[in-house]
Amino acid sequence: MIRYEQVTKRYPSGYEGLKDVSFHIEPGEMVFLTGPSGAGKSTLLKLTGLLERCTRGQVIVDNRNLAQMRPSEIPYHRRKVGMIFQDHRLLHDRPVFDNVALPLVVAGVGREEIGRRVRAALDQVGLLKKERSMPITLSGGEQQRVGIARAVVTRPPVLLADEPTGNLDPRLSAEIMKLFERFNQVGVTLLIASHDVSLIRRMGKRILVLDQGALTHDLPPGALNR
Amino acid sequence: MSLFKHFTPLRILLAHHLQTALASLGRLSRNPAGSLMTTAVIGIALAMPAGLHLILSNLQLLSDNWDGSSSISLFLKKEAPESGGRRLAERIGEMAEVSKVKFVTADESLAEFRRFSGFDDVLGLLQENPLPAVVLIQPKEQGGNPVSVEKLVEQLKKEALVDHAQIDLEWVKRFAAITRIAQRGVLILAGLLSMAVLLVIGNTIRLEIQNRHEEIEITKLIGATNAFIRRPFLYSGFWFGLLGGLFALLLVLLSAFLIQEPLLQLTILYNSGFTFSALDSTTLLGFLVGSPILGLLGAAIAVGRHLKRIEPA
Repeated sequence: MIRYEQVTKRYPSGYEGLKDVSFHIEPGEMVFLTGPSGAGKSTLLKLTGLLERCTRGQVIVDNRNLAQMRPSEIPYHRRKVGMIFQDHRLLHDRPVFDNVALPLVVAGVGREEIGRRVRAALDQVGLLKKERSMPITLSGGEQQRVGIARAVVTRPPVLLADEPTGNLDPRLSAEIMKLFERFNQVGVTLLIASHDVSLIRRMGKRILVLDQGALTHDLPPGALNR
Repeated sequence: MSLFKHFTPLRILLAHHLQTALASLGRLSRNPAGSLMTTAVIGIALAMPAGLHLILSNLQLLSDNWDGSSSISLFLKKEAPESGGRRLAERIGEMAEVSKVKFVTADESLAEFRRFSGFDDVLGLLQENPLPAVVLIQPKEQGGNPVSVEKLVEQLKKEALVDHAQIDLEWVKRFAAITRIAQRGVLILAGLLSMAVLLVIGNTIRLEIQNRHEEIEITKLIGATNAFIRRPFLYSGFWFGLLGGLFALLLVLLSAFLIQEPLLQLTILYNSGFTFSALDSTTLLGFLVGSPILGLLGAAIAVGRHLKRIEPA
């Protein structure tokens, strides 16, 4: 589903975000991406979501080489890749329902279909009763769940999450992880960047470890639990 | 997985357009002070050339009515017989360039002069009538082409019975020339102020783009096309243009209303059949179609310049 072949990302300043990174994530896998700050986790997610393009090598998502994608195709790629952010990136001038509906509106889905799908997504994250609330009135964990509902409402085959539990206490973090596992069980491919090692260890999934832009370890599921 | 295809059904696209248009209008109404100011600036900028155009076209109508002043008076020679004068008048009346002709005998001239001048007693002392017979000619040319009137006069001067011809042509000529200059000036002014409207709308949209920077970024992140992101801003420009045009219309009608009564009184004093026309179709079209197009254009320029720079990071 996600294949990196000798990918290097060099920024105009000369700083190398990623150095010669190669790996392959199968459809339906759930993978954690870890490493210290500045190791290149965010860069890797940005390249996968086509927020940036790599300098060398190939990034292939869902059998499409991203380097060959024209700018006009980028929106359609992003619809296939749901993104979840540490700071949620919600629109604070509109209620929860409208935030979650946005990807469907953008994709040109009809009104009744939108209502049905948004409620289904909100139900999945346990926020069905909050659809008329403004994001600012919600707790951090609830806001993050709204962000997740927005990412999954189009039922994308791939979900990317950048430090989704970064601001949450352990109990809320565990809840979010449970949610991700449930998406994974219905076939969604997940790539989750996190520096919360204890949480990652508990999950027992495959782990990619980055350090200074290089992929240092590719640990199979359960490797840290033994 | 139709969501990931490059295709939106027409029905949904139209619904989205309508929704976006209304949302853009709603956004304007949520910032009434700012929107009103922008609308007023656009309205005033458009009302100025339109108002001048209105004044000019009315002046032209007025000068059409003044074509009477380019009527020709043929003063006949004193020795010309009355019958000869009448025949001459009849002949002139049949000319293609002439719409009306009136023969006034020397006696009639005197009688009229007596009535209007109040020199009754003095005139009684005169042994003979000092006034000549006159043929009054109204040339056909309405809308005043001074050159052809002049040609007609040259032709009539050659008549044997004619002593001299009088016409207030210089004044008509100058007036026509001045109107032409003023028209050109209004055109230039309209061009400049349209540019100003374009810039005002462009700047307003630029500010709106800045204010909604984050929203644009997030919308791009979740897969919005550029067309989708442009749409609300283009509609904002359209609404600003339309509202500005309507405001200008209001200003022009109001000014026309204020000016109408004293102007009509003036024209009554001049004994003219002039009627004031408040709006012509060009101006109306400019306000209701041209102004929204200006708005769209201004927004398109701003959007083209600023939207590309906003990329999610």
